[in-house]
Amino acid sequence: MERLDDLEAQSVFIFREAFARLKRIALLWSLGKDSNVMIWIARKAFFGRIPFPVLHVDTGKKFPEMYAFRDRYAVEWALDLKIEPCPPLEVIDPTLPPAARSAARKTEGLRLALAKYGFDGLIAGIRRDEEPTRAKERVFSPRGREGEWDVRYQPPEFWDHFNAAPPAGAHLRIHPILQWTEADIWAYTKREGIPIIPLYLARDGKRYRSLGDADITFPVASRAATIDAIISELEATKIPERAGRAMDHEAEDAFERLRRNGYL
Amino acid sequence: MRPRTRSNGFAATATSRQINANKKTSPMNMLVNDHSARDQSARRPLVRIVIVGHVDHGKSTLIGRLLHETDSLPDGKLDALKAVSDRRGKDFEWSFLLDALQTERDQGITLDTSQIRFRTASRDVVLIDAPGHAEFLRNMITGASQADAAVLIVDVTEGVKEQTRRHGYLLQLLGIRQVAIVINKMDRVDFEESRYREIETTIVKQLAGFGLTPSEIIPISARHGDGVAQRTAAISWYTGPTVLEALDRFSPAKPLADLPLRLPVQAAYKFDDRRIIAGRIETGQIEVGDVIAVSPRRATARVQSIEAWPEPDESRAPQTARAGQSIGLTLDQRIFVERGDIISAIETPAKAAHVLRARVFWLNEAPLTVGAAINVRVGMSESRGRIAAIVGAVDPGLLSPSEGKVIAQNHVGEIEIALSQPIAADVYAANPRTGRLVLDLAGRISGGGLILSIAEEDRGSAAADNPTPQQITPAVSLFSDGARARAGKLAQRASRLETLLASLSPAERLARFRGETDGRIVFTTSFGLEDQVILHVIAEHAIDIEIATLDTGRLFRETYELWAETERRYGRRIRAIYPQNESLEALVEKHGINGFYASRDARLACCHIRKVEPLNRALAGAAAWVVGLRADQSSQREATRLVAVDERKLLKLSPLFDWTREAVQTFVAANEVPANPLHAAGFASIGCAPCTRAIAPGEPERAGRWWWEDDNKKECGLHVAPERRTARLAGTGGAAS
Repeated sequence: MERLDDLEAQSVFIFREAFARLKRIALLWSLGKDSNVMIWIARKAFFGRIPFPVLHVDTGKKFPEMYAFRDRYAVEWALDLKIEPCPPLEVIDPTLPPAARSAARKTEGLRLALAKYGFDGLIAGIRRDEEPTRAKERVFSPRGREGEWDVRYQPPEFWDHFNAAPPAGAHLRIHPILQWTEADIWAYTKREGIPIIPLYLARDGKRYRSLGDADITFPVASRAATIDAIISELEATKIPERAGRAMDHEAEDAFERLRRNGYL
Repeated sequence: MRPRTRSNGFAATATSRQINANKKTSPMNMLVNDHSARDQSARRPLVRIVIVGHVDHGKSTLIGRLLHETDSLPDGKLDALKAVSDRRGKDFEWSFLLDALQTERDQGITLDTSQIRFRTASRDVVLIDAPGHAEFLRNMITGASQADAAVLIVDVTEGVKEQTRRHGYLLQLLGIRQVAIVINKMDRVDFEESRYREIETTIVKQLAGFGLTPSEIIPISARHGDGVAQRTAAISWYTGPTVLEALDRFSPAKPLADLPLRLPVQAAYKFDDRRIIAGRIETGQIEVGDVIAVSPRRATARVQSIEAWPEPDESRAPQTARAGQSIGLTLDQRIFVERGDIISAIETPAKAAHVLRARVFWLNEAPLTVGAAINVRVGMSESRGRIAAIVGAVDPGLLSPSEGKVIAQNHVGEIEIALSQPIAADVYAANPRTGRLVLDLAGRISGGGLILSIAEEDRGSAAADNPTPQQITPAVSLFSDGARARAGKLAQRASRLETLLASLSPAERLARFRGETDGRIVFTTSFGLEDQVILHVIAEHAIDIEIATLDTGRLFRETYELWAETERRYGRRIRAIYPQNESLEALVEKHGINGFYASRDARLACCHIRKVEPLNRALAGAAAWVVGLRADQSSQREATRLVAVDERKLLKLSPLFDWTREAVQTFVAANEVPANPLHAAGFASIGCAPCTRAIAPGEPERAGRWWWEDDNKKECGLHVAPERRTARLAGTGGAAS
């Protein structure tokens, strides 16, 4: 499985760069398969214990299985877990389509957490193959003072040299698994024996491919009841991973707007 | 060949659909438990390919076509793209597939690089889209730097344009050597072979100028599919591979495990009782027990362990690691290692660079100028630096660019950077990973390029530890060619050492010179007074300098006796170098045993065979040469300098260059240095017996050498400054030092 080794080595490298070059970083834990893989790799990078906080920006609307998972593994993995609540829907931009508006609570929650802790780097588990605006991301991606992403002026980034000097008050998003695919995530989860939330596995002909807020996330038709089965399914499927995430599909630019405003 | 429809411009061929048909499952995409497919996927190679070229030459359309032909688009994507196109009142637009941003779609241009995956029959491909506009070159570089191979696309109706050339040049500078050319829009010229040939000739020639050789040159119509997955009837005159086949022939990047070890250190962690040095192996391999060198600080240690998490059983603890792996290791000694150091195999350490020459591209709006302060990064290492020189600054997009003295935005050039602190580095030719650098201004990446040459840090002295750019900046450009560049570097070092040693005693000069020089230093003696002083100093201070003499076979009996006495007195052997017997026999055969009296040419031939050629052997592989020259010995030697560059490309130290004959005599007497009794008999400078006579009081010192010849030619060829090379090539003979 040489490809997974390469991906892992690259991600470890990125984690160590973020830790070396920034003053105050946190890993964003959405409790999903991708951020679980990130946590696992971070533990490899730092030989067991992650030397910075793990931040769960909590919408309060996650599936119960997700909260159970969080509470169990925060202890088991000895995480320095910080839970930050998101503000209510009323304060969110009303011009956004409903699901996007709901998702934007997380952007606000992030902004509050940034202000509270003064992080200059947030490690996020987005991947290029998920969605076309994420495909345009840098590994070290600058965000403005309000957390905004200026996609028109992304700095050059090459040969594993990163721009790691955010202006005061601004921060960087660090994307250690940007190169991974959904299939890579599952193959690695299987190989390393990383625990998962059971919602990913098919029950009654349905499973969740991507987990978000319970009210705006929907399962897809699937009989994949094991990780092996998920991997085989991904070989064949032509349904996009985020098909079940409502906020991506409300308008042509709904997700881009979310992301430009600081969403992940 | 199957019929195709062209109604919407992207009809798929049935064959390509069949590639994936057997992997398809039920309409609901339910699982088929197909383990063989999964195993295949894990083993299938992954190749990253960037599509570059001038704006509107068809990059996005080609990418769309490739995805379509390989049936790689997710369900609903085509409909979505149609809807997006309709909304903007456009015909179907492939570029919307990757141009996901609203501004990109509204303006119809690619702003930033993107990536998308698809599969061919044999491999997984990451296609990297790169913007074609000059103003987004930084984004093209960001994308292309991640690629193993490139497809350079040219519109047959427009031919090679600025961005075609600029992208071609940058591919080379980014280290991408696998390049295929695609000549697009063949449908617009009715698939005329002659038009294809025209472009082919031009582009091959222009790319060759950048050092690139395309693997294929493929005529296509991205819009209609010809040449992409199939050689259609329209291009029946073309027998090469399709684009898909060409992609299948590219190789994925291989980890560089066969090069010498380079492990740039990211950090040293002390989370528990272990002190773990962490980093990614860029090249080579490492094993527990290896002795490693830490550059640029010249420390060494042994690898004690390779650390891993989850912690393996002791029996399974990793013993080796290789290029591409991110590792942690512990050392057997508590030497200081920090981020930016490079761990190398002890035999082949990275260089400790304090001056770098590099070919770079520049991305900042404000041009790069001589004197600019800049941050230089190599691996994890960073140092402030100053641009000492710029040459050959050009816009690679222009057909006949004129050279400038500053590197403007999106242009390239060669720079010399004087670093304020030495950093570990290699030249690109030796190591493609630690041989490239990135330039940043206030933390923002602004340029990058390949390291062409390195001037190493000099050890030991305070001056070397803190060289100012002025001290190490040459007055003249070093760039004309490799040899001149090396000579220039030597000249730099010579002048720096001269400053350093000028006020010191001969003993301090020799010791300091030794400390400042890497490699062998050879002192050649002819047992003259000056040589005896130097030999005395080297022996008494146990300075690590080799002592050699050229035995011409025609020396005075007294000289041989002095040789033996000197060995006894200082308790060390003096290495003797002899003439090549065949040459000597031929010389004597031709001119007779004393033929040197007959003509100057015969004398020079004798000097050459008995002294100059043996000296060349004595100095072979040496870094420096120590001699007993004094400036006041003769008119020829007036220009003698403390440290000079010999034409053999080594430093030449004359530690007594500023001494008088009287000072030498005083030293010899005071230290009871053995001396040739002939000096007392009126021989000042002593060489070979037949060619040396005593001088009268008041005669120049070297008047007794080849006394039958003119004063200004009384050198044998051992001591010739580079600028007087012609004199030597004419054939000079040998004076003992």
